[in-house]
Parts: sequence; structure tokens; C-alpha cells
Amino acid sequence: MALSSLTKRRLAVFRAHRRGFWSLWIFLVLFSICLFAEFIANDRPLVIYYGGHWYFPVLFDYSGDTFDPAAMPTEADYRDAELQASIHTKGWMLWPLIPYSYNTVAYDLSAPAPSPPSWRHWLGTDDEARDVLARVIYGFRLSVLFGFTLTAIASAIGIAAGAVQGFYGGLVDLLFQRFIEMWSGMPQLYLLIILGSILTPSFWVLLVFLLLFSWMHLTGVVRAEFLRGRSLDYVRAARALGVSDLAVMWRHILPNAMVATLTFLPFTLSGSVTVLASLDFLGFGLPPGSPSLGELISEGKNNLQAPWLGITAFVVLGGLLTLLIFIGEAVRDSFDPRKILV
Amino acid sequence: MSETPLASLPKPAPTEGHPLLEVRKLRKFFPTRAHTFGLRRQWVRAVDEVSFALERGKTLALVGESGCGKSTVGRSILRLVEPTGGEILLDGAHIEALSERRLRPLRRRMQVVFQDPFSSLNPRLTVYEILAEPIRNFGLAQGREAERARIARLLEAVRLPRDALSRRPHEFSGGQRQRIGIARALAPDPELLVCDEAVAALDVSVKAQILNLLADLQESLGLAVLFISHDLAVVEHLAHRIAVMYLGRIVEEAPNEALFAAPHHPYTRALLSAVPVPDPFAPRRRIVLKGDVPSPLHPPPGCHFHTRCPYAVARCREEVPKLRSVGPGHVSACHFDIPLAS
Repeated sequence: MALSSLTKRRLAVFRAHRRGFWSLWIFLVLFSICLFAEFIANDRPLVIYYGGHWYFPVLFDYSGDTFDPAAMPTEADYRDAELQASIHTKGWMLWPLIPYSYNTVAYDLSAPAPSPPSWRHWLGTDDEARDVLARVIYGFRLSVLFGFTLTAIASAIGIAAGAVQGFYGGLVDLLFQRFIEMWSGMPQLYLLIILGSILTPSFWVLLVFLLLFSWMHLTGVVRAEFLRGRSLDYVRAARALGVSDLAVMWRHILPNAMVATLTFLPFTLSGSVTVLASLDFLGFGLPPGSPSLGELISEGKNNLQAPWLGITAFVVLGGLLTLLIFIGEAVRDSFDPRKILV
Repeated sequence: MSETPLASLPKPAPTEGHPLLEVRKLRKFFPTRAHTFGLRRQWVRAVDEVSFALERGKTLALVGESGCGKSTVGRSILRLVEPTGGEILLDGAHIEALSERRLRPLRRRMQVVFQDPFSSLNPRLTVYEILAEPIRNFGLAQGREAERARIARLLEAVRLPRDALSRRPHEFSGGQRQRIGIARALAPDPELLVCDEAVAALDVSVKAQILNLLADLQESLGLAVLFISHDLAVVEHLAHRIAVMYLGRIVEEAPNEALFAAPHHPYTRALLSAVPVPDPFAPRRRIVLKGDVPSPLHPPPGCHFHTRCPYAVARCREEVPKLRSVGPGHVSACHFDIPLAS
């Protein structure tokens, strides 16, 4: 499909926005690195060559007696010294750059946990002797994926709700607006605490719970766009042509309403990341042990004598949010029709 | 145009005895924002008991100042706004209360051309997509080839170049866009065309071209046209009958020649005296009305026009004048027969 001149112009404005443009690239690089977290930070070797055969412990599970006849036929513990020695007698293995996963407990620390940064633990370890860098990599991925999923589903629901309100107007709009006013008055945190005492808040439980409230962010904008859009002459013409309501909304109003919506998305995304981090910080978020940036902040707060925890959490979370905000600014500018391209 | 490029579909056999469109006592009141305490809701009486009939193949012009309700009449007929009361008959069948689903097949028979050639076309669709929508929507062409052929005939009918199809509306001039709008309205092969100020936004020379096109199309396709305009000079060339509206009511309706030769209602006379004459030395007696159009929220009692009428007497303030016959096919809503020369 050929790009329309408008799209080309928007891309040009985006590119001209250096800060946002570079932020997008840095974010994309970091995110794609983190997508392959298992290959970068893991407590299993990437490849084992043992007895003339190739093994890929990152991808598959092997039992211990595959490599060491003396070991138990349970899942192999590649960090075990005897297993390592046995592998080295008949082959070799290649470890990831960081030989720790987010939940690997390092028993051979030179200093009591939380131990300061060293050659083995670049960012030190937390108070449970887990490698901070590994946790940050997994945590970054989890935060961004959570944010993306929440933003995508919440936007879809929010746009649909706003579209229905704006398009039909009248009583539908009135009732919907009152419902949203009541619903947004719900004390989210209390509900979450109550929920936490009934269910274990997993990734999906948290996502569904936050969805219940976050879809409302976009409805206002989309509603306004649809209220405006439904009185446009080409929308009237489409109705006179007997085009169904759904098709009118989808084909004639939504594309124009999307501009206002798209500019909000990066900010919604950074908002979702913040919400997850704050819930984790308070302890109402993901189950304990999950690699989360919020939990790292709370560990930093509990271990002020180990400043590398707090500083790492601050830099990573602050950096992530800054990147997203810069990208958001650039997107907003590129959709701004009054923006003059120099 | 000698041949009819669009007369490809069998039309329902004209039923004898009743006009194509008949409007009886049509009313449309718009609610204003409710009183502060919701006690008293006021109504804008945009259209108040308007009745007229439109024969097949004829043009009825609906003339009046802006805000007199003429566009609302057009939109009510197309059911783009819901009438408050009255009857609308298309080919003898009531359509004022049909559900949107039952109305849909009838929408094919009545189409609309809007005033603003810029807002009446979706800027994101190509001309082909704009014209294909009604054809697909009503299932008027089987297969891609038939669709293309039909669209090519439409382009020919409105005299647009063939290479227009892949372009988007912003690449055309106002007059060309209006041709696209007309082609879209003709796409489902309608019997009734509502032109809502269809030439008001165009330059004088372009206006003439579009008027000629409309006149040609009407003749070759046998369309009935409801031509809504504020410009009597435009209407003179096109209309068979002219209805003059003032503040939601029809004050005079007459055949074209009769209205221009012997206007009966004082308002019509004032309107006619404002039509520019292309002769600077022609003797002119401009009737300048005093005051403004009263608010349709609080229309004056009696004859709506009495606040500005130079002939108003006590009776005009109390008694609503009925439309009465003042000549062959000529009705007027004035209590008196004021001699033309006065």
C-alpha cells in the first residue's frame, strides 16, 4: 500500500523530532533485547555439547542423568559443580552472558546479600541473593508487556464504548456517562486489597482487574470525536445511503477519531507501566518473586544501606518512562496539523 | 444528454394517483437544554406543520432565509432527523415511522446532495470507494466487473474524467467534488433527489455548471428533485414549483412563473425584491424589511411574519393565516389580497 501524503508528512515530522525519534529506537532496541531475556540472563547454558550430542537447555528440559550417570533422574541443575565437571569431561557448554535467571539464588556470594556490584553481579544482588541485572531485564520485559496488553485491550474497549456513546447520543450517552462517573468513583486500591485476599494476583488477574477501570481513559476523547463526527455531511450521506451503523462508525468516523486517540496511547502506556510498578511496590501486585520493577523499588527502600538497588530501580523505571513520554511527544507533534515542518 | 446512462435497473412501475413524495403537516421540534432545575424544557419549532407534494420528474424548490427550517424539512424526509409529527409518504407509503431496518430498502429511492462539497465526502476514501459504497450496500452490481462498469457510467453522467477514480476528494476543486457528491447520490438509482443548498457554496460560474448538470440529469433520469435553497435566482432556472418558507411554515407555494410574476405574500415580495438584477439601470423598488427574524423559540402569535410586515394589522397578530388559493395552483398564507403595485 502506498503511503498517503499525510502519512508521509507525519513520518517526516516524527523523524524531525530528534528526541522522540531516538527514544523510539533506544526503546525498540532495549525491548527487543529484553524479549530474548532467556537467552541473555539464565541459569541454564545455551548449548551443551556432550558425548557427541547437542543439547539446548534453554529450550528443552533434560534430566540430570543425561549428563552425569551419578545424578538423580530429576531436572538437571546446571549450576551444580559435579554436573558441570561431568559435562566438561565429555564436552563443553556455553553459558548466557549473565548466568543467572531472575529467580536464581546465588549461594557463593563474596559478601552477605544484598551484595554490592562486582564482576560476577554487575548490578549487585538483592536481599535474597538474586542477580539484580537479571531481574531488571525480566522486569523490564514484564512491565512493558503488561503495559502493552493493558493499553491495547483498554483502548479497544474504551474506543468501542466512546463510539457507542457519541454515535447514538441521547439517552444512551446520558446513562453511559452517569455509569462512568459512578464507576470511576470506585476506590480501586481497596477493591484490589479485597481481591488480593480472595485470589492470588497473577499477571492475568491483575490485568483483568486493571482493565475494569482503565478503559475509561479514552472514552471521553472518542465520545467527543464521534459526537462531532456523526453530524458531518459525509456521515449523514452514508446514513442516507443506508449504510449500517456499524459500518458508518468503522469506516467513516473511526479513522478520523483515531488521530486524537493515537496521540494518547504512549501516555496511556507509560501510565500502565507506572500503575503496575506502584502496585508491586505496595505489595498488591504480582506474586512475590516475580521480576518486577516495583518490587525492586521496595527492596531498595528496605535496604537503604545497599544504594545500588534503589539507584538501579530509579534509573530503569525513570528511563523507561522518559523514553515513553518522549515518544509520546513526538507522536503527538506528528499528528498535530498545525505543526510546521522546518 | 440524449440517452440515460443510469437507467439500467428496472424501476418500480409508477403508481397512478399519488405523487412520489407527499408531506403532510410535518413538524420537527428540537428541545433546548432543560431549564436549570429541569422544570421547563423549551422547544425550537424548526418545522411547524409543513405540507407539500412533489410529482415524479418535477422539481420543487424550498426557499427561505437561513434558519427557517428548510434543511430540516429535507433531513426529516430522508429520516436523518426524526420528525416530531406529521406524515411523510413516499410513493403513497408512510415512511415517517418505519424502523431503520424497514426503511433501508427505501433509502435507495431517495438520495441527498449536501451543501458543503468539502465536508460531504470522506477525505480518507478514494472516489472509487466513495461510489462503490452505495452500490455494494444495496447489492446493485454482481461482481467486480459490473461494479466497475456502473461506476464508470456514473462518472460519465456527472462528466468527471475517468482517472478521477483512484484519487481522493482533496485533489479536486469544489465543483468537481460536488459532482462526486451528485454521482454518489445517483449511484443507487434514486427516484427522489434532495439537494440541500447543493450549489450555495460554489463560485458563480461553477454554480451554473452544476445547475445545468442537475437539470440535465433530472430530465434524462426522470428524477424528482426537492431543491432547498436560499437563492431565488438559482431556483428560477430549475424549479417547476416554488415553496417559500418563513420561520418553520410555508407561506406561499406556486408554479415558478406565477410566483415570479405575481407574488402574493408580502414576505415573498420582499424576497423577490432582493434578487439582484443584472441591469444597473433597471428601476428597482427594494422592499427592505425591518427588524430580524424572530426566534423560533418564541415565534410571534398569529401570522409569524407580522412583526416585520409593512401591512400588518391587529388581525395578523391574533389569527394564524391559513394557506388559501389565490390563483391556479397558487396558495398563500396571508389574510389579505394586497395589490402588487402598493
